[in-house]
Amino acid sequence: MNLTPATLSRIDEVIPHYPTKRSATLPLLHLIQEEVGYISNEAIEWVAAKLELQPINVYEVVTFYPMFRQKPIGRRHIKVCRTLSCALLGGYKTCASFEKEFNTHLGEVSPDGEVTVEFVECLASCGTAPVVMIDDELHEKVDAAKAKQLSDQIKAEAKARK
Amino acid sequence: MPAPAQRRIIFQHIDEPGYSNDLACYVKHGGYEVMKRAYARPPAELVEEVKKSGLRGRGGAGFPCGVKWSLLDRKSGKPIYLVVNADESEPGTFKDRYIMHQDPHQLIEGIMITCFANNVKQAYIYIRGEFPHGARILEKAIAEARAANFVGPNVLGSGYGCEIYVHRGAGAYICGEETGLIESLEGKRPYPRIKPPYFPAVLGLYQCPTIVNNVETLCHVKYIAEVGGEAFARIGTPNNTGTRILCVSGHVQKPGYYEFEVGKITMGQLLNEVCGGPLPGRTFKAVIPGGSSAKILKFGERFKGKRKVGTEMVDYDWAVEDVPMDFDSLGMIGTMGGSGGVIVMDDTVNMVEALANINAFYAHESCGQCTPCREGSLWMKKISSRMVHGDARPEDGQLLKSVADQIAGRTICAFGEACAWPTQSYVAKFGDEFKGYADAKKTAQPAATTLV
Repeated sequence: MNLTPATLSRIDEVIPHYPTKRSATLPLLHLIQEEVGYISNEAIEWVAAKLELQPINVYEVVTFYPMFRQKPIGRRHIKVCRTLSCALLGGYKTCASFEKEFNTHLGEVSPDGEVTVEFVECLASCGTAPVVMIDDELHEKVDAAKAKQLSDQIKAEAKARK
Repeated sequence: MPAPAQRRIIFQHIDEPGYSNDLACYVKHGGYEVMKRAYARPPAELVEEVKKSGLRGRGGAGFPCGVKWSLLDRKSGKPIYLVVNADESEPGTFKDRYIMHQDPHQLIEGIMITCFANNVKQAYIYIRGEFPHGARILEKAIAEARAANFVGPNVLGSGYGCEIYVHRGAGAYICGEETGLIESLEGKRPYPRIKPPYFPAVLGLYQCPTIVNNVETLCHVKYIAEVGGEAFARIGTPNNTGTRILCVSGHVQKPGYYEFEVGKITMGQLLNEVCGGPLPGRTFKAVIPGGSSAKILKFGERFKGKRKVGTEMVDYDWAVEDVPMDFDSLGMIGTMGGSGGVIVMDDTVNMVEALANINAFYAHESCGQCTPCREGSLWMKKISSRMVHGDARPEDGQLLKSVADQIAGRTICAFGEACAWPTQSYVAKFGDEFKGYADAKKTAQPAATTLV
């Protein structure tokens, strides 16, 4: 595992927050995923060694929690809320707009490598439905038109980078 | 009768222009003054105030907070932990989000008073993974409070020390269940623990006595410390004291969060006056009163029975619109106040499709530990999705019900009930819609809004 010194220092800072090292499993996985983008088998073994656990103890955590992924995703992560309050106000349509804009299917990396569109369960912002999280940012009342606008913005940012 | 005015205690500063989430702003508005006064009192007195207040937990179960605290095993010699349930995972609920993002110090003050009252030296805030900014805001706020000596080894020079850490979840609904949350905090899969013996008050985090309280509940504790338990108990209605934040979503003109004295507002006042009524040209069809697992209410049904008013038993005959939004009234009519998440559906919604949406949620979120729930939630999803996307049969409603009936009461945690109640109540109240779904599909216009 090649982690940056910044991540390594945050890892060393968080472990003593708990009386048992095992409690730091989720925080470590978050920190690694933030840097690397996903949790590899190598990462699982690294975390296990760091916390004096067996790799299975970490593996079972990675496979349980929806936010941890074992494969890389697109550069940007578009998470559309699927649950009732958002669906009532058009969440499925919002999701389809993103899929169409990036010519991709749910859970896949778009052909240009730019995004992964996913349905997720309730994001706890039901009063401003439909909601979408793009990476760490919450976007509210995302109808088809706003989905188009957000997509254009992502495309423009991608272009600027190239 | 016109709806009462909102009474904003917990949400006093939410969305207030110029109010920021930093310590300076909080202190300018009188922040941490309550805590300073509380720290000059004997801790047992604070527990007594909370007991007198009648405060009931705002996370979902509505369990009296003071009773929860008094169940703590204080003689074990082991450390006592406070775990703040900031998982806010019940669909339809979106109140703690605003407290943590906009007024984090209110929560921290509530935590520090609760910790002092119960001799807790270590608190953890378990915040859902989907609130990355919320977690950063809380961490910054705790750092500010630590620098000002409101948190840390020697709080306010009292010799009492208490630390708070933020712990992020990773997208699992079951982490809102208190023993699942504890397992998750221990770094494991969040499989809920069996009670007995694993009551958190005795065998909680690291097998030590543990209090698990919701974010909103702890903010109420701060307010109780400010005004006293008796004054708090005068707000709201008997046995349903204080204010509560109602989160309204779905088909209303003005969805959002509204804080009212508990039981002082009816469902009809809330939806028709406060939330502006149904969307143009539509009528209300159904409402879920306390988060997606609460049993659904059908507009047009009536609830009759006897209830206690003061010392007398009086008859009640309520339409959905007449039901007061408190724990006991909603419990009496066979549903619950739960987490305060009100989800409204109008006449454009087909209940088979709404149930299919909810069933997909619960099948996704079952932890898989108990067979009836793991298999049952999945079958309910499969059956209801087949009805929508494949062939629907008139007997499917009864089939769904028979699966649901075999889950509730047969699982380690309340998720079994949470996933069975929607199916049981939708089929009971909208049975015709399930029976006639196949025919309805043949003649219906393509749905304006896909639900599953």
